[in-house]
Amino acid sequence: MGDTLAEEGLAPRRRFQILRRLARHRSFRIGFIIVLVLTLAAIFAPLITGLDPTAMRARIRFRPPQGAYWFGTDNFGRDVFTRCLYGARLSLMIGLGVALLSGVTGAAAGIISAQYRRLDAVMMRLMDGLMAFPAIILAIGLAAAMGPNVGSLIVALSVAYIPRTARIVRASALVVRELEFVDAARVSGASSLRIIFRHLLPNCMGPLLVQLTFVFAYAILAEAALSFLGIGPPPPAPSWGNIIAEGRDMAVDSWWIMFFPGLAISLATLGMNLLGDGLRDVLDPRLKVET
Amino acid sequence: MRILRRLALRLGQAIPVILVVAVLTFFLMHLLPGDPASVIAGPEAGAEAVERIRHQLGLDRSIPEQLLLWLWHLAQGDFGTSIILNQSVLQAMGERLPVTVSLTLVSFAMTIPIGIVLGVVAAKFRNTWLDSAVMFTALVGVSVPGFWIAILSVILFSVTLGWLPASGYVPMSEGVWPWLKALLQPGAMLALFQIGFLARMTRSATLDVLDQDYIRTARAKGVSEWSTIAKHAFRNTLIPVVTATGIILSLLMGGSVVIEQVFALPGVGRLIVQAILTRDYPVVQGALLILAFLFVGINLLVDIIYTWVDPRVRYG
Amino acid sequence: MSEAPLLSVRDLTVEFRTDAGWMTAIERVSLDLMARDALGIVGESGSGKSVTALSLLRLHAGATARMPSGEILYAGQDLLKAPERAMRRIRGGEIAMIFQDPMSSLNPVLSIADQISETLMLHQGLDRAAARRQAIASLDMVRIADAAHRVDAYPHQLSGGMRQRVMIAIAIACRPRILIADEPTTALDVTIQAQILDLLRELQSELGMSVILISHDLGVIAEFAQRVMVMYAGRVVEEAPARALYRRPMHPYTTGLLAAIPPLDHDVRRLPTIPGSIPDPFRRIPGCRFSPRCAEVEAGCREAAPELVSVGEGHLARCPPRKARLGGAA
Repeated sequence: MGDTLAEEGLAPRRRFQILRRLARHRSFRIGFIIVLVLTLAAIFAPLITGLDPTAMRARIRFRPPQGAYWFGTDNFGRDVFTRCLYGARLSLMIGLGVALLSGVTGAAAGIISAQYRRLDAVMMRLMDGLMAFPAIILAIGLAAAMGPNVGSLIVALSVAYIPRTARIVRASALVVRELEFVDAARVSGASSLRIIFRHLLPNCMGPLLVQLTFVFAYAILAEAALSFLGIGPPPPAPSWGNIIAEGRDMAVDSWWIMFFPGLAISLATLGMNLLGDGLRDVLDPRLKVET
Repeated sequence: MRILRRLALRLGQAIPVILVVAVLTFFLMHLLPGDPASVIAGPEAGAEAVERIRHQLGLDRSIPEQLLLWLWHLAQGDFGTSIILNQSVLQAMGERLPVTVSLTLVSFAMTIPIGIVLGVVAAKFRNTWLDSAVMFTALVGVSVPGFWIAILSVILFSVTLGWLPASGYVPMSEGVWPWLKALLQPGAMLALFQIGFLARMTRSATLDVLDQDYIRTARAKGVSEWSTIAKHAFRNTLIPVVTATGIILSLLMGGSVVIEQVFALPGVGRLIVQAILTRDYPVVQGALLILAFLFVGINLLVDIIYTWVDPRVRYG
Repeated sequence: MSEAPLLSVRDLTVEFRTDAGWMTAIERVSLDLMARDALGIVGESGSGKSVTALSLLRLHAGATARMPSGEILYAGQDLLKAPERAMRRIRGGEIAMIFQDPMSSLNPVLSIADQISETLMLHQGLDRAAARRQAIASLDMVRIADAAHRVDAYPHQLSGGMRQRVMIAIAIACRPRILIADEPTTALDVTIQAQILDLLRELQSELGMSVILISHDLGVIAEFAQRVMVMYAGRVVEEAPARALYRRPMHPYTTGLLAAIPPLDHDVRRLPTIPGSIPDPFRRIPGCRFSPRCAEVEAGCREAAPELVSVGEGHLARCPPRKARLGGAA
């Protein structure tokens, strides 16, 4: 009997309906296109620009945007456009990594909290403790502790956002648990694990997904800030944040060095936020539960 | 009476949180690679000298011992001494906290009225061009990196127009206006993200409220549109907004780290970043802890305000 | 000999905008309300009864609702054309309304005193102190004990029945001439239902108000109304004095509704139901809108949309076959 209930949930027709509504939502469409374009640009960066982002050519230093150099060149003669494209790789990869890691870990924590009430109190105090630190500060600390590489940056930022994801999943799970079909499943002998995966998780997906798009956006901004402060991936690897940091001192004369990476960050975050808004409007964060 | 009981309850819940924070901070610092003892001793020093310093700093004891020792000192109000700077952690914090607090306050003072008004306006004129314009602005606010727009702003307002100082902090003792003038730009740049966030949140909360039955009742009583929003809707909107204030303050503190860097303000954010980079354990631990205390305290305050705003909680 | 009606609705049509275009919620609804009248409007969800009620005070959202035709005549003016300021004076002051769910219909962050005083200060220009005294008096009127203390309570501190009484107190505070009650007892326990209905009846005679009571519950209507209007799919299908309606229903829908009430005096194995369900508001049904579900349907029913015609003293119905049989039976 538990099976039939689960089968009725998230039937393909329902999923199709959701996709259609998303496609019609203007914010979602725009956000999707922006993110798609940026992702493709990042993936195909070497094909789009044949230049090496770290190649320094003294003769073409400080060229303003013109001709072959769409975004101009910086103080080392590096092409800013190329550096921005490669920076996109970094930012998007980190954003995705943080979203996934904090999503999975947060979901696990949230569900465990909701299912095993004795662990809940401990878990929640831990989360509260983590949330007492502003995310950036926590990330700075962890990043400094673990070294300035992409992996540790992802972990550091994820840790900062896990409490938020955990809370959302826990809240959803708590509501879903109380619904009758979960009781029905339990009564018909479904194991705890089965209940979690077939009933609880699918119904927490909506709010979780929405939260993750916003986490992605925060992560992009946070990584940029960390790189700007000098705690991100070290130069000469191009990160939008450290390009801005480097270009800052020359900003008055050579505005383009710090301008375009910032524009890129804004665009990427904007795209993710629009995506998130669209998802939220369609998936309805006020827990529209599917049985 | 209820309020006192609630306060006591919240305080009780806050203590384990603070404990967790303290332990987390401690472990965070001990994750940091690098050895402060050798840093202090200098590259010339021999192994003995480094050992001596290490013993002095208590770094040669076992980790649990160090933790307990630190907690013990904390309980006595001793947050330790900076390894790099020549002062106690409390002193270092004491010098810099006013700067960060000033920045946060100025930013907060900009965020709350603007954010709320924008959100309410957008909700009231839902689906009109005004709504779209406001929400687009809010969206841009939460998408644009604060430090970048800050640099652009400095180029415009400080370098080109010369209206506002590009950097530096002016203490209030030198005059309120100079103090404010130095904080206007950093405060505004810091507020951008917050305003966007608050506007979006307020719009959503207001829309929820306007959908409620009691708004229909108010209209059925002949209450004017303005009164309906200002009196009936607004106080209900405040409830989720007040709860969001805690998050906003946290975001402000986080954002101040970067803004202080851009505007060279000698605040706590900058202190922490520098301390982390120079492996100044005691400062990092102490500063994070004090910030966490502050944060918990603010949440307590927010909770009390929330109690005052929502009678269902007050008279439950 | 008959006096002029207090409120007169003529051919009111209300349309709502949806994703799929404008949809007609009620079509050419007419009613007359006399002074001290008790009119009941009965119908299923989706019949348009609440829409009708909300239209009387023009409470529908501006952008998504429109009233392309009809008039609502009150005190010499057409409410559909009245300026918003005039409407605001009438709302709460001369025509008041109470709603179904008293918990969600009362503002949770304002005290009872505040919510009652508001109408008084608005419509009668009282100052705060006088309004408060009057508010306590209103609470007395709706039989709330210990009114002087209760008045400072918040909605969540009261029980469901008390909240509904408070809603009524707010509505009658300014002595309106008409009270519209939209499903006032639906969210309450049966025993409380009876109390509220009694209260409404007493208040009606004490204050000399006219009351329009809307409900899906025929029992509630029977208890209260002097005249009843039955609505189906946005149209009035029958209108009669209460007794006549229950004794001699002249529309198959009304007959079906009455048949579905479990009888007290004998046992039945199965309750009769009306087959089918209410029509999709977007579908145009040729002829009579009830014909797809009607047991007495005839050929002519599907061709022309029937008119509301007289079938007895003060009794109107929208069913030509029944009318024809009447004529024949006589």
